Amino acid sequence: MISRRTLVATPAAVGLASAFRPRLARAQDAKLKIGFITTLSGPGGYLGQDIRDGFQLAIDLNDGKLGGTPVQLFVEDDAFKPAQAKEIADRFYKNEGIRLFTGIVFSNLLSAAVPELLDNDAIYVSANAGPSTFSGKDCHPNYYVVSWNNDSLHEAGGANAQRLGFKSVMLLAPNYQAGKDALTGFKRMFKGQVVKEIYTRLDQTDYAAEMAQIRDAKPDAVYQFHPGGLGIAFMRQYQQAGLLGQIAMTVAEPSMDNTIVTALGDAATGVTVASHWNTDFDNAANHRFVEAFMKKYNRIPTTYASQGYDAALAIAASLKGTGGKFSGPEAFRTAMVPAKFDSVRGYFAFGPNQHPIQNWYALEVQRGADGKNMLRTTGEVLSKYGDAYSAQCKL
Amino acid sequence: MLFLLAAGLTLVFGIMGVINLAHGSLYMIGAYAAAWTAMETGSFLLAAIAAIAAAGSVGMVLEMVVLRRFYARDHVDQVLATFGLVLFFNQAMALMFGRQPLFVTLPQALSGTVLVAPGVPYPVFRLLIIAAVIVVAVLLWLFIGHTRIGMLVRAGATNREMVRAMGVPIRGLYTLVFGLGAALAGLAGLLAGPIYSVQVGMGEQILISTFVVIVIGGVGSIRGASIGALLVGGMDTLLRAVVPALLQHVMQGPDADALAGGIASMGIYIVMAVVLLLRPRGLFPSL
Amino acid sequence: MSETLTHSRARQMALPWLGMLLLFAVPFIVQGLGIPSLLGLATRIAIAALAAASLNVLLGYGGLVSFGHAAYYGLGAYTVGILNAQFVSGDLLFGIIPGTNQLWFTLPAAMLVSGLVAVCLGALCLRTSGVQFIMITLAFAQMIYFLFISLKAYGGDDGLLMRRPNIAPFINLHNSAHMYYLAVVCLIAYVLFCGRLMRSRFGRVIAGQRQSERRMVALGIQTYPYKLLAFVLAGMGAGLAGALTANYAHFVSPDLMHWTQSGDLLIMVVIGGAGRLWGPLLGAAVLIVLETMLSGWTQYWQIIMGPILVLVALYSPQLHRRLDLSA
Repeated sequence: MISRRTLVATPAAVGLASAFRPRLARAQDAKLKIGFITTLSGPGGYLGQDIRDGFQLAIDLNDGKLGGTPVQLFVEDDAFKPAQAKEIADRFYKNEGIRLFTGIVFSNLLSAAVPELLDNDAIYVSANAGPSTFSGKDCHPNYYVVSWNNDSLHEAGGANAQRLGFKSVMLLAPNYQAGKDALTGFKRMFKGQVVKEIYTRLDQTDYAAEMAQIRDAKPDAVYQFHPGGLGIAFMRQYQQAGLLGQIAMTVAEPSMDNTIVTALGDAATGVTVASHWNTDFDNAANHRFVEAFMKKYNRIPTTYASQGYDAALAIAASLKGTGGKFSGPEAFRTAMVPAKFDSVRGYFAFGPNQHPIQNWYALEVQRGADGKNMLRTTGEVLSKYGDAYSAQCKL
Repeated sequence: MLFLLAAGLTLVFGIMGVINLAHGSLYMIGAYAAAWTAMETGSFLLAAIAAIAAAGSVGMVLEMVVLRRFYARDHVDQVLATFGLVLFFNQAMALMFGRQPLFVTLPQALSGTVLVAPGVPYPVFRLLIIAAVIVVAVLLWLFIGHTRIGMLVRAGATNREMVRAMGVPIRGLYTLVFGLGAALAGLAGLLAGPIYSVQVGMGEQILISTFVVIVIGGVGSIRGASIGALLVGGMDTLLRAVVPALLQHVMQGPDADALAGGIASMGIYIVMAVVLLLRPRGLFPSL
Repeated sequence: MSETLTHSRARQMALPWLGMLLLFAVPFIVQGLGIPSLLGLATRIAIAALAAASLNVLLGYGGLVSFGHAAYYGLGAYTVGILNAQFVSGDLLFGIIPGTNQLWFTLPAAMLVSGLVAVCLGALCLRTSGVQFIMITLAFAQMIYFLFISLKAYGGDDGLLMRRPNIAPFINLHNSAHMYYLAVVCLIAYVLFCGRLMRSRFGRVIAGQRQSERRMVALGIQTYPYKLLAFVLAGMGAGLAGALTANYAHFVSPDLMHWTQSGDLLIMVVIGGAGRLWGPLLGAAVLIVLETMLSGWTQYWQIIMGPILVLVALYSPQLHRRLDLSA
């Protein structure tokens, strides 16, 4: 009996040990390891895929290097679970020795996974989530945001609604940090009347009750923030409920990204959008990005892809500034803060809280030359705008 | 929808004494089959047939290959095995269709709304669901109550051994019943697809509610399943509609909504607990 | 013949002690192998084994299939998490209880909380039996799950972060070896306690009612209080495991109470051998190692895990008879 058990146990132990041999054991060519934790599954999955693809594109266009340093991307799916995101982060930090992280899509996962990394001298560069909690008094020298502060995304939305002349608006967003930030931000810039505020659930797929409430309240416009698959479900039901065309809808980019536009077809016509980037921006970096992306991946990049790309460029600029070496958070920071790279969105600078200062534009879903709906830029909403929290940050 | 799933599950449990966690997976298979067929052919009718056929056939295969061996086993083993099946199916779907949720677009005729009463528009598709459920309920009632096979099913539910002793091919009967339960699940999946999205893991979310319905209604009883489904569905919707408003008076904004959501979700479990304490076998037990 | 008997008995008695020695030696083995990540894995296994051992009391010895055991696990974890959050923010819980990050307080507190909830829920659940019992335990666990999801004050479904683990004199839980030893000590203590318990009169009643409730009644024994006590002891064990996991992962979330977690615990007990003293440890080790290895190969690992579970369910009684891992 013991012998049978040992018979089973020994190969198991060997197999186990081999499964755990850290990848460090591989032949070394001093590649910088970057931990890429993102959401690749579920309704938010395509956001993570786009950020990853945008980031990877930047690496590919530079021969596998960023700023002259060869990099190795470790990508893992957090499956939209905070516990999993944290577990992956811990594992990357302890087992792989990774000290530079990026990629998280959702603010709640970021709040779970990132703080301990920052406490332990790792660096995080956010390509999407920008919770306001970390933009103000909880800002951290090792924490950078290349996308936007969550509030400012919606401040642009509010400013756009104001600009478009809506007098009364109804607000909807899911009940999590970014959702709350969304509505707070909107109200900061919108001077009209807020008829009602509704918080939906992050796992909600049925919006019948909300549609009924919208119909009852009859506002001038609806402002909703439902990223990814949530946005598709919401808009579909908006159309099914007969509200599209009756009550105007204005949103911020995450609720109407290019993938949503493609999926919705006619159900998106006429929706106005506030964004910091669009495929039709006229600068050299953007042209290069859009062309290369469409050639490699055969689809239209969303703003998430552009953010992943920019994050890679920002990191590249920092690595270039330190002479191609990664020598710890301080050196990284000195080279990162001047933001010496050509962003695909045009103007870009880091504010004092290491969040972006950038322009915001108005877009609209219109029929393009090929008869299909697309996003077209129609004007500028905010110029060289940072965010409302930078003053509270003591960096 | 709850009724469809509950009816299928209660039949399986009542007749064969097997707890089947994979029932939710059959629902998911139906939904995926429907979504895929709809995308490929654009026909809702074909999608409906595909859903029922796919779920039903997978169900019967499952019964013959796996579940048959578990009839005599403990509940624990059944739970374990069907739990394993759930994992398997979830991943199989993810492999075949990816992890993105699929969205089924409805044909023109079915999207849009209809005025049910003056000033009360109601989406056409939901009316279709209600109609379908009523039709199925009636058919089931006729089938179980008034046909020979139905009689065998009822007999099997009350006393399995006797039926077998009487020379009825019980194995075939079981496979058929299981296939029926699976087909119902597939139908539920078809109807659910356009409203909720079709994604991996959709079965589990609704499975627990289905169990609650069955326990409340009484295991093995279709009537119990229908009453249970009405009770649970109604209670759920009621709580979701009423509790947030109530809580707003007491608490602030988003926290109130979250707590309200929690309480509404808890509601059906509290109902089940109450029912079980008063009537440990459910409202209409047939065992 | 008497020689063979004593020989195998001696082996049987020596085995657990050898096993325990091995458990204590793990950190050194791990250092020798040069794979530090194994220690984290071992800690997770120890904690899971503790939770599974507590379920074993109900399921293995008592034949009570509780499908909601993860609720107590989560409650223990949240007790630690909430006390820590209160400590960090300085507010008083319910206005009277101060937060704390002291280990000697949080561990017993976790056990107390899960024990109390177990008394209340057990009193209700044990009025039913059979499949209704399974469903009602599941339902209550889901209820608690949804309750914690809705508690936005403590993170809701985003979970609650514990930036630093609890503190205690002489122990530094930042040190993975210390954390591991804490888990192992708790595990061994609980398992030995259960072993003791099962050899007592209490244990006989519990085992008796599993075999035949009717017989117990005929003997004039009221099984209900015994079952309730077993339920509470099981709950407290799970609560302890939860408290440990909070300190290990520095993060608590409602996922800990999800029914799939309860399912995992059931699997561990069955794989290891329901009713066997060290079965849960084996089951936990097998399950976690299997999961970790499989997920290292492919992100679709569950497609392999699923059929394995089916096979396990199918063949486990025979397997256990063959290998005869007894306590």
